[in-house]
Formats: sequence, structure tokens, C-alpha cells
Amino acid sequence: MTITRRQLLILLPAAAVAWDYLLAGTPESAPNYQMAEHWWAMLIDITKCIGCGSCVRACQLENHVPDGYYRTWVERYHVEDWEVEYPKVDSPDGGKNGFPGAKETGGKNFFVPKLCNHCADSPCTQVCPVGATFVSPDGVVLVDQKYCLGCRYCVQACPYGCRFINPATETANKCTLCYHRITKGLTTACCENCPTGARQLANLKDPKDPIHEFLRTHSVQVLKPQLATRSKCFYNGLDGSVR
Amino acid sequence: MRAFRDAGHLFRLAAVFLAGFLVFLVVRSVLVPRSFGRYGHYRADAIAEIAALPVSYAGHQVCEGCHSDVAEMKSKGVHKRVACESCHGPQARHADDPGSVVPAKLDTAVLCARCHQANIAKPKTFPQVEAAEHSGGSACNACHQPHSPAIGAGGNP
Repeated sequence: MTITRRQLLILLPAAAVAWDYLLAGTPESAPNYQMAEHWWAMLIDITKCIGCGSCVRACQLENHVPDGYYRTWVERYHVEDWEVEYPKVDSPDGGKNGFPGAKETGGKNFFVPKLCNHCADSPCTQVCPVGATFVSPDGVVLVDQKYCLGCRYCVQACPYGCRFINPATETANKCTLCYHRITKGLTTACCENCPTGARQLANLKDPKDPIHEFLRTHSVQVLKPQLATRSKCFYNGLDGSVR
Repeated sequence: MRAFRDAGHLFRLAAVFLAGFLVFLVVRSVLVPRSFGRYGHYRADAIAEIAALPVSYAGHQVCEGCHSDVAEMKSKGVHKRVACESCHGPQARHADDPGSVVPAKLDTAVLCARCHQANIAKPKTFPQVEAAEHSGGSACNACHQPHSPAIGAGGNP
């Protein structure tokens, strides 16, 4: 059988369409989870954080984060009397094993847990040249590990320093807000294991979520509000010295 | 119609461009995943792939399903809001197969100190001790039952 040029020109696009359907497959999905009903956020109460590092350990074990890298970490701030522009900050091993006794005495001392702020207008997703990182329809900033080239643009773009290159895969890695847990009805590993309830996962689209009452009745701030990233990590009791 | 007398080469050129365009369409449809662009400039299937990752921390509701005695004791003490796996570590594998996966014994000297070792940066209302002075070297659980730690509460001497 010979194929004429005319037949080939018809066959090629037909083959392309057929191949397209062949590749599609059926993606796995959580049956009862509706993305449209969620807009995820986190509430962090600095007045409750004791710097025990449970969140950091839990995150590392849940998400297989390599040693020396952090999807969440805890910083200890020490602010002398009036110099709020020059806080002394330390975070030994991300606060994973707690904090040694402070050398400084007096002043203002507190812990600040940090993680991806899951910004609604995220600077990191805008710079990706291949569409490997994105804000999901339910408000979580995720990385497509199969698409990421490891070009590091997003690592530089994040104003909060929340991204890193995983040395094992050479791709960008970051907090997924435990997307594999929250879509199954669980809370994140850090929120689950915080002994004082300093971290609370919240669904802003759920009118019954306690975050709405909290936001109405407390002075809540986000990190670097001047960058207009529309961060969804809300800090209660955030000091002006925190960067 | 003298101007179109030798127009044949234009049609051949057009055919080459058309063929190139068709090849582009074919290659594009092979290389671009079908879910790309469903929600935005990214592969929508990546969301389902991330959601399908396995869980390590089962969650305290799962623990309480079997260990109701501990949950009962814990609910009356000051540790009622501390999740089981916060001290015991990730136990999803134990929950799936309680017979063969047995959680490790814990060292209270390390665990209790993580939260309760005095530190100037901790909230003033949080109970803190200088571990060395407080116990004189004896184990925390010699006096405090970790699930309900107040002295005199259930399970304590």
C-alpha cells in the first residue's frame, strides 16, 4: 500500500488528534474534595509560639525535605530597646531542635514561624519560564516537579526566601501547604503537630471557619505588605522588626 | 493576466509553509500535555499528582480511634490540645499496620525539654523550667504522667 501526498496530509493531523487522546489518561482525584469551595490560608499566632521546632520536624518528615533545607522554619528575634530596624535574628538548623538559651538578656524576644505565604499575587509564579509553578484554583502555590527545569528564577523572586532547589531532584521545592493532606480532610503536618495551636490552617471560602472571627477581632498583619503580594499567611502579634 | 503567468512557484512555496505548519501542529499536540491550560498556564494534572502523595502523619483522630484510654486521660489535662504525633512522631504506617509497625519508646528528657526548657523568647505565660535545676537529673515521667502532667492529676503520684 502506498500513501499519496494528499492522504499523508490528511493522516498526520488525524494521528496527532488520536495520540492526544491516548496520552490524556485519567488523573487521580480526591472524590469529595472541591477546589472551588476552598481558598487556603494560614493563621500564625506569634504570642503562642514557643520555638519548640515541632512544625519544622513534622514538615521535614511529612514531605521528605532534605537536611539543611526548610519548607518551614522558626526564627528567634531579639530587639533592643528602640532599634527596631536592627533586630538580632537566629535560627539554628531552622529551629528544628529548639533554641539554646539566649546570650542577650532584656529587650524584646519572640519566635516567628515562617513558611510559604501562598500569595494570591505571587512573585514566584510570575517568573517561571515554563509554567512549572502556579497558584492552584484553591489558592496554594505549587511546583510541577515534572515540568521544573531548576532554573532558580523563582528562588530569587520569592521575597520571603521560601523556595530552594532540592539537591536530589535539582528542581524547585517549597511548602505545598501539605496539599496531599488538606485535600484528604486532614490539616497540615505543621498545624497538626504545633503543641500550642500557634498555627491554624484556614479556608477563607468557608464562612464557618474560625479565622473570620479571629481576623475581625485581632490586629493581624502579613509579612512585607508593601510588596502587595496578597499574602495569605496572617500573623497575630507581628512585631514591626520582623522582615 | 501576464503577471500570474509563472505563479506555480508561489503555490509550491505556500505548500511548503502549509506542510511546516501541519508538522508544528502535530509536534505541539504530542509535546503539550492535554491538561496544560485547563486552569492557567500550567499542567492541571500536576495538582492531582501532588494531592496523591502519601501521608506520614495520620492525625490525632486516627490515634484516638484505638487509643481511647489515652485520649480520655489527655482530654482532662493541660496537654489536651497537643497532638499525639507531636511527641510520638509520624505514625501513619503504624495506623495502617498496628501489629508489625511498633512506635519507638520516647525519651522524656529530650521531648519535655523541647517545649518546657526555659527560654527568654518564650511567652511568659507558658510553663517553663530550668530542666537541670528542676528535676535534679531524674526523669520527667518519674513525677509527671506526660498525657496529663499536672501533679496530682490522674495517673500521677
